Amino acid sequence: MPTSNAGLISKAAAVYAKDFRLELRSRYSLNAILMFAVTTLAVVSFSLGQSGLSPKLLSALFWIVLFFSAMSGLAHVFIREEETGTALILRLKADPDAVYLGKLLINFSLLSVMTVVITPIFFIFTDAGGQYVLPFVPILILGVVGLCSATTLVAAIIARASMKTALFAALSFPILMPLLLALVSASEKALGGQGLSACWSELQALVAYAVVMITGSLMLFKFVWQE
Amino acid sequence: MPDMFRLAVKDLARRFGPREVFSRISFELSTGQSLAVTGPNGSGKTTLLMILLGLLRPTDGSAEFFVDGARLSESNLRARVAFVAPYLNLYDQLTAEENLKFLTSVAGDAITGKAIDNSLARVGLQGRGHDRVGEYSSGMKQRLKYALALLGNPDFLLLDEPTSGMDDDGKRLVSEIIEEHRDHSVVVIATNEEQERSLAHEQCRLD
Repeated sequence: MPTSNAGLISKAAAVYAKDFRLELRSRYSLNAILMFAVTTLAVVSFSLGQSGLSPKLLSALFWIVLFFSAMSGLAHVFIREEETGTALILRLKADPDAVYLGKLLINFSLLSVMTVVITPIFFIFTDAGGQYVLPFVPILILGVVGLCSATTLVAAIIARASMKTALFAALSFPILMPLLLALVSASEKALGGQGLSACWSELQALVAYAVVMITGSLMLFKFVWQE
Repeated sequence: MPDMFRLAVKDLARRFGPREVFSRISFELSTGQSLAVTGPNGSGKTTLLMILLGLLRPTDGSAEFFVDGARLSESNLRARVAFVAPYLNLYDQLTAEENLKFLTSVAGDAITGKAIDNSLARVGLQGRGHDRVGEYSSGMKQRLKYALALLGNPDFLLLDEPTSGMDDDGKRLVSEIIEEHRDHSVVVIATNEEQERSLAHEQCRLD
């Protein structure tokens, strides 16, 4: 009997709630992501902040910080299951689609919290104009969705490998390259005061990227997860 | 009329690279039948259970579960087959209750607090539901796995070294659970312990 959508959503919510509770108790991923992001951003801000960087350089710096922050913590949702030996019972009990969606949501939550913390710091300590925050928000949301959609599947792939962290970055980089290029281009236009209408094609590409990655991941995850 | 359960294993084989773990294993078990799988370390007892659970693909052959003649799909298998093994880890940072709630809800079942209390009491863990599993001894963790297994009233019970890490009371509890279930479900036990072997009606030796 195939899982109904309502059933799938409630199972994914159960995976999310479990991971949320574990994260609240350990704070491992959130601490790793936030520490990396805040440290890197502080260094960038204090050394280059008020030196009249171009919107292109500012947007590149911002997404580099976000990319490496994601690399430092997002794989943990699967690595924790493998390292504590709980992956077996999750494989036995849970529908793979529910596991993927639950893990995608927890990664989205983690990266969203991190983004909410570091974006104001970025705007305060660099000379990115504060008036451009609003056009920047939809780009941020699509960027976070794109980063999570790609890295969640890669995290499941590398969780059982040795040298997990290096492999995570190496496998994620080519998959995330088109996303990062579109994000930097859209952010450059937004921070340059051109408004959202100027980055319409990038926004379309970001939406398409997220849809393709999530759909593809749902189709492939079962094979990655089960054997 | 009660449901009829059947486990049909036909010409099952598994290799890991060039090493053949086992080959041409066939057996069939129906409601009320139980099987002890024995054999030396590395003979493939756990591998056989992993294949039955759908977690490993066989190199050859098939293993299928049936209820009233209808083959169980992968998703139905999760609800109807229970598995207990010493290497099946629960979430140490969650309490026993949180583990049971999560692992039943993620399998698509609803569970009441009373059912949790009853299942914990059945395995001798009454009053310990709010403790984190990380604070449990290995024997208590094994008991909790039985509580989880019994919550779904499984049609098929697969056990790997069922009393591993348990004290004498725990071993008696496991014997009782197997005796309760073997008459109205299908039970497969992978073990080399004489006392556990004697709980099954039939034996299959892997060499």
